[in-house]
Amino acid sequence: MAASMRLLVKRVIRLSHRNFNATAAGVSGRSGCCWGTASCRCFSDDRSTHFGFETVPEAEKAKRVYKVFENVAQKYDIMNDAMSLGIHRLWKDSLLHVMNPQPGAQLLDVAGGTGDIAFRFLEYVRSQQERQRRRSARSMQTPSWKDISNNYSTEEEERPQESKAVVCDINKEMLKVGKQKGDSMGISAGLSWVVGDAEELPFDDDQFDIYTIAFGIRNVTHIDQALQEALRVLKPGGRFLCLEFSKVTNPVLARLYDAYSFQMIPVLGEVIAGDWKSYQYLVESIRKFPDQEAFKHMIEDAGFYCVQYYSFTGGVVAIHSGFKL
Amino acid sequence: MWSCLGKCFQRLNQRHYALICKVSCVQQLCSSSSEFTDSCYNGLYPGHIPTTPIQKALLAVGSGVAALQDPYRHDMVAVLGETTGHLALINLRDRMRNDPEGYTILIERPRIRLSTLDLSKMASLPDGSFGREYLRFLEDNHVTPDTRADVKFVDDEELAYVMQRYREVHDLLHTLLGMPTNMLGEVAVKWFEAAQTGLPMCALGAVLGPLRLNTRRLQSLFTSLGPWALQNGRRAHCVLSVFYERRWEQSLEDLRQELNIEPPPVILAASNNRST
Repeated sequence: MAASMRLLVKRVIRLSHRNFNATAAGVSGRSGCCWGTASCRCFSDDRSTHFGFETVPEAEKAKRVYKVFENVAQKYDIMNDAMSLGIHRLWKDSLLHVMNPQPGAQLLDVAGGTGDIAFRFLEYVRSQQERQRRRSARSMQTPSWKDISNNYSTEEEERPQESKAVVCDINKEMLKVGKQKGDSMGISAGLSWVVGDAEELPFDDDQFDIYTIAFGIRNVTHIDQALQEALRVLKPGGRFLCLEFSKVTNPVLARLYDAYSFQMIPVLGEVIAGDWKSYQYLVESIRKFPDQEAFKHMIEDAGFYCVQYYSFTGGVVAIHSGFKL
Repeated sequence: MWSCLGKCFQRLNQRHYALICKVSCVQQLCSSSSEFTDSCYNGLYPGHIPTTPIQKALLAVGSGVAALQDPYRHDMVAVLGETTGHLALINLRDRMRNDPEGYTILIERPRIRLSTLDLSKMASLPDGSFGREYLRFLEDNHVTPDTRADVKFVDDEELAYVMQRYREVHDLLHTLLGMPTNMLGEVAVKWFEAAQTGLPMCALGAVLGPLRLNTRRLQSLFTSLGPWALQNGRRAHCVLSVFYERRWEQSLEDLRQELNIEPPPVILAASNNRST
């Protein structure tokens, strides 16, 4: 009885694995002829890139990604919770712990969309500030008159710069949802929402202490350009942090993860958000993104130093970190 | 018991491989021609999304739950119908094939859309004619035939058409049965459809729909409307085998007699708001 049960389970996993392979082979074998009239007749723009498992002209990818996120914006947060069973919150909290921002830090969150990272950042910095104030209050239990007068003079000059978070996203719908969330949570101080393209940021050089991009960089058409822009807008000594889906190394977990991604996630997308295709794109785009080592090399090539990565949940996501020196 | 399951799995497996082969054939066709624009699609028909048996099962459960939580999510009701209706669709298709008019419909594949209907001509028809009454129904209830979702998860192109035809004929059924689009009218039509087509989604709607009705309407449903709908559903001619597009001028009473449908026992008023 147990043996046949095991056989059944093996068959299920093989069935879903084979289906994934078959669909992958079927779809990737197709050339990008179909989408838009520009594809076949435009001779100058014939470089193509991947859109999930499809191959599309580069000019098309940005438009299609825009459409995907425009469609899913309203249900984005609910879907994140449903798909990752709430674990995405732990991943984002881990990003903040790795970041460990100090009061006064200026954050740029690219592809920040609904603002999860920015809200956590402000929360973290506020609690750090509280802790610092408490610490300084404790060390000042019995001050002398000299200490008090020194304090009054230094307080005026040394007012620390308030930490600010700038959320930048190419998609207006996502920013709208994020702004509504911020308003309903009552967070508005130190937060700004900017429309911008990760490949061409609307900011001056050397502006920010921390640059983050969470689950956004795999949707960018030219990842190397996004990395160059990150280098540009960071102050010297600034930190680049990227939270992204990555390669699962354990083979058993990988099979389960594939089965879950390809069988469950588009179904969740259809049932909760009414949009199968966007979530099919999501799981396919995860497979097309380079793995931890390859992405680390890309970041080093862009000019960052001390590049490291931390894998979470068996490699499902990875946080890459680099410094501009 | 396990060997039975194993065989069931094998059959599902084979069916899915056949589907993948068919889909990849369509894709090959697409990639070889260079002039396709929007007509190229990933599947057997425009809007088709090929799914594995596991995905279909998950979809059926998920859409069922979603439709129960929010009955106004018509897309979820549609998905539930598509994923659970395979056997009933085969049955319907065979009934259509055995009927001469149904067979014509399967060959010609007419679609009921605002673009294919000649509204001005229909408005000029005399009162009591099918076309005029249908137009009156659309106006009174503020609905259009274009709000029907496209079929996505049926893995056979002819069955997908049967499903689409069933959806488009739904409004015409309202006219034939004289039922408005409020909750009571919809439940009555669902009972008729469940008896006629045997689609599990209709049966589910027929069972769960009354849960949202108040006592007075429930009484009306169980005493007069319900039995009338069930009886007529069982003995009426297959409503999908009627070429409605060629019968606009026919009188409504005449059409009802032909299809063996009695006029409704209770006249329900059309309402603009979605009332329960």
